[in-house]
Amino acid sequence: MVERRPTLGILAHVVLILGVLVVALPVYITFVASTQANDAIIHPPMPLTPGSHLVDNYKAVLTGTQEGGGSTAAVGRMMVVSLVSALVIAIGKISISLLSAFAIVYFRFPFRMFFFWAIFVTLMLPVEVRIAPTYKVVSDLGMLNTYAGLTIPLIASATATFLFRQFFLTVPDELTEASRIDGAGPLRFFWDVLVPLSRTSIAALFVIQFIYGWNQYLWPLLVTTSEDMYPVVIGIKRMISGGDAQTEWGTVMATAMLAMLPPALVVLLMQRWFVKGLVDTEK
Amino acid sequence: MAAEKRVTFRSPWLPWVLLAPQVVVIGLFFFWPAGQALVQSLQQSDAFGTSVQWVGLENFRNLWNDETYLASFSTTAVFSALVAFLGLSLSLLLAVFADRVVTGSGIYRTLLIWPYAVAPAVAGVLWLFMFAPSVGIVSYLLREWGFEWDSLLNSRHAMALIVMAAVWKQIAYNFLFFLAGLQSIPKSLIEAAAIDGARPWRRFWSIQFPLLSPTTFFLLVINVVYVFLDTFAIVDAATHGGPGKDTSILVYKLYYDAFKAMDLGASAAQSVVLMFIVVVFTVIQFRFVEKKVNY
Repeated sequence: MVERRPTLGILAHVVLILGVLVVALPVYITFVASTQANDAIIHPPMPLTPGSHLVDNYKAVLTGTQEGGGSTAAVGRMMVVSLVSALVIAIGKISISLLSAFAIVYFRFPFRMFFFWAIFVTLMLPVEVRIAPTYKVVSDLGMLNTYAGLTIPLIASATATFLFRQFFLTVPDELTEASRIDGAGPLRFFWDVLVPLSRTSIAALFVIQFIYGWNQYLWPLLVTTSEDMYPVVIGIKRMISGGDAQTEWGTVMATAMLAMLPPALVVLLMQRWFVKGLVDTEK
Repeated sequence: MAAEKRVTFRSPWLPWVLLAPQVVVIGLFFFWPAGQALVQSLQQSDAFGTSVQWVGLENFRNLWNDETYLASFSTTAVFSALVAFLGLSLSLLLAVFADRVVTGSGIYRTLLIWPYAVAPAVAGVLWLFMFAPSVGIVSYLLREWGFEWDSLLNSRHAMALIVMAAVWKQIAYNFLFFLAGLQSIPKSLIEAAAIDGARPWRRFWSIQFPLLSPTTFFLLVINVVYVFLDTFAIVDAATHGGPGKDTSILVYKLYYDAFKAMDLGASAAQSVVLMFIVVVFTVIQFRFVEKKVNY
């Protein structure tokens, strides 16, 4: 620091600690609620220290034996649906973007730039602006209530394609020449040289896209109507029935904790790639 | 950086095969539906979908005369202005102090960025629970202090609720970019100002804040886009667009008209208007990025 100002230093810590507490508060309250019996919650004020129903609530929601006016589907199954969808979306986006960036950078063919711009323009067509016609396409293809319907329409990625293209352009031509001299064909070069070189970009994108996939809401809301294909984010919403009094908040909050856990773990454990991914995808 | 490779591979079919998966997905699920929305926005069909006729711009004229649509526009504008202003101010405050802190800044960063991982719908449920009129802990406290909180009946309260949830979710993102922006400001500038006798408050307003303006502007655009598109889940989980239609933002109304009211023409016209808005935002964002590169 430029000068010593102990009061300002202390103030900084105070402000940051307050910030951290305010940011954490909703999750703490959620956690406490997820350990309470419903009676303790519906007669306010709710206790602010964890109760004794932690195991009961979590076991009930995971196996689908909870009570409540809304949906009582098993959250264990929803977590599987969410996990599969998030993985397929993240890996699918990265794979098809790697392939198309490779084609656009390393080959010359008619309409090359046309395809590049076509992919790029999809940036301006997020699912929110074309929900009804996209829903119709998916339903005509018989993909409602399937993993394919949940994932494939979200798998195109302008940002990932753009990012990999930028990266491939910085890969020295000497590497390409050297592997050609060694007798490597284009696919061999792609798999053994380009993909390993892109490792950090792939990791960064994976973190961002996994969170994106896990947190999808509007799209699964449209294409899933049967309980065994609900992702967990949709499941929570369906558990909240009509008025607040009929909702079994203890189990809803246990579900919310479960829904937050995997993406939060990914952010915390892969923090370095997460930050890189956020910064990269906005270029 | 070269825009083209000097060394390339030759194959008459391989590039097409490599492109095929992406092209199929964008053709089938992006361009075809977007085209459909454009076509349907110029058509009107009866309730059973048996007859379709071309009506020109009538759907757009109807939207223009539809008070609920205009109300939805101003709801979205108010919502995004509040989220952008509060979200940016709070995260800038935190970033400025995190930039000052020498020990423990990594821990603070970790503890501030994880809300990014929370799904908007879950964020909506969390805040709904704290502020639920009958069971919520915060609404209970407010009542104890003599403030009647009812986000189910009072539209200002409902708006406050979704603003809080949306800001909370977005603070992590803003914070990271502000912190990176602050850390990229050369220390020599700050030191020079300090030698000239500028106090921290003065240094912030005359050096750091102006130099941060590209970051601030970028985040402003990102936050407005976030409110326009990604807050549907917060609204649906926390308020259902209510009370009445008072928190029904544009995407919520589009969803409602397409899937609850089944009004194909109106929803297609709304899609087209939204597409136009997204295009404008994207252009603004990219022109700005170009500018930053030339700095």
